Amino acid sequence: MAMDSPAVEIIGLVKRYGCTTAVDGLSMRAARGAVTAVLGPNGAGKTSTVEICEGFREADEGTVRVLGLPPAAPALRPRVGVMLQSGGVPPATRCGEWLRLVSRFYARPLDVDALLVRLGLAAHARTPYRRLSGGQQQRLSLAAAVVGRPELVFLDEPTAGLDPQARHACWDLVTDLRAAGVAVLLTTHHMDEAERLADHVVIIDGGRVVSEGSPAALTGAERQLRFRARPGLALEELLNALPSGSAAKESPAGHYIVEGLVGPELLATVTAWCAAEGVTADDLRIERRTLEDVFLELTGRELR
Amino acid sequence: MTTPDTAALDLTPAPGAAPFPRMVLAQAGAEVRATLRNGEQLLLTLVIPVLLLAGFTLAPLIDVGGGSRVAFLAPGVLALAVMSTAFTGQAIATGFERRYGVLKRLGATPLSRAGLMLAKTAAVLAVELLQVVVVVAVGLALGWRPHGSFAAAALLIVLGTAAFSGLGLLMAGTLRAEATLAAANLVYLVLLGAGGVMFPLSKLPESVRPALEVLPISALTGGLRTVLSGGALPLGALGVLAAWAVLCLALASRTFRWE
Repeated sequence: MAMDSPAVEIIGLVKRYGCTTAVDGLSMRAARGAVTAVLGPNGAGKTSTVEICEGFREADEGTVRVLGLPPAAPALRPRVGVMLQSGGVPPATRCGEWLRLVSRFYARPLDVDALLVRLGLAAHARTPYRRLSGGQQQRLSLAAAVVGRPELVFLDEPTAGLDPQARHACWDLVTDLRAAGVAVLLTTHHMDEAERLADHVVIIDGGRVVSEGSPAALTGAERQLRFRARPGLALEELLNALPSGSAAKESPAGHYIVEGLVGPELLATVTAWCAAEGVTADDLRIERRTLEDVFLELTGRELR
Repeated sequence: MTTPDTAALDLTPAPGAAPFPRMVLAQAGAEVRATLRNGEQLLLTLVIPVLLLAGFTLAPLIDVGGGSRVAFLAPGVLALAVMSTAFTGQAIATGFERRYGVLKRLGATPLSRAGLMLAKTAAVLAVELLQVVVVVAVGLALGWRPHGSFAAAALLIVLGTAAFSGLGLLMAGTLRAEATLAAANLVYLVLLGAGGVMFPLSKLPESVRPALEVLPISALTGGLRTVLSGGALPLGALGVLAAWAVLCLALASRTFRWE
């Protein structure tokens, strides 16, 4: 068993359902001991990809290796923790009983009570699954994914429907898993989650990888200057005053973005122009592009 | 949410599967608890059989074709109890487990599918043991004096369990959960009426009798009635149950969809 094989390696993965192609030649890898986030709009092929890695579905084409093994290999079951997007627990089963049952399938499980406390579920240990809130159900699924002390954890939209406290508890756990040397592959459409947690972000759309890298590499070194002012200002004069290669736009109305070599000179030019226009720039700030900017650029703004 | 005293959860990877018997036992225990905690299931597995046995023994409403009413009814109710657990209860529970993604989730644990099936079988047998104890106790209290080979009765019950489990899993693995619920209850009622449980098949028209005699419930009821009143193990009943078991389990294992 090669210890240097990545946690997950996917080459040319294709998955079709009838005549729809959900995954269309996707290749990516997730390193051991790191957090990899798969970002993508709904229907991008995230869940199909993860469920093939989990051994639930079969690939139509391509190669998938999980810890160096085919995803359905029985030897992977104790080594890989899984959190489904929803369900998976009998509705009448009590929260604590379910976690204890799952823990009994493993040789050296985490302490069930401590894990319940850690995820804020101790007070609900005797509550049937169906009477837990959506967020509590998610946390129980998360607990069940890690209770067996796996080397690799798949989390399919782990924070969907969680309140801010629960979201932070989940993020803390992912951070601690990483620190303990566990590889985590999670899907999300929360940019802040990917930006905060991931060592490596893979953006997928239409079943293909459209971009990947560390959050910093994806958002780039490029900075922007943003401010708010009354809508409809004439930008031509500003553009004339700026050094060539700069760009200025109003998007949406009343929100202005200036891109280019953002430095003292550019800032002076912008404020001088504002003075000439007789406007005060509100919320004037210089910032990096966010992952959300990158995501929308790559995957478009239209609703689907 | 994280308190300092619990932050020290050791998440360092230490993967490994529990020993196979421990996994199966844990799952079987969970299944037995779920059955005994489910009100409708308990109605089906214990309350209805006991009421039928006590009610029709005490009230002379049915013609059992001569002889002691309880000696006729008790074996039939035992067969009914086996059917309610191995077939109806198991089909409905498994159908909904499939629907709720429980089977899928368990598939991601070290518990193999063979292990899960073994656990289900063990849970069914444990619940049946409880049913047999209760039904036999009520029967004895009502004056039933079974005599004959208890080993033969146990063999019939085990084969009947295999046949009914196969039929239940065949349904649960192919139909939608709601359809399984409806069909399992319907089949239960039909077999209760037509399988010689409450009145002898000899009371039914000659033309339908050959068809009814090859039903698994008729074979189990007839077989138990024979061996518990001193008769020899009827090979016909044994053959019918074995054929149902082989056919249904083979079909179920080929068609079962886990998701």
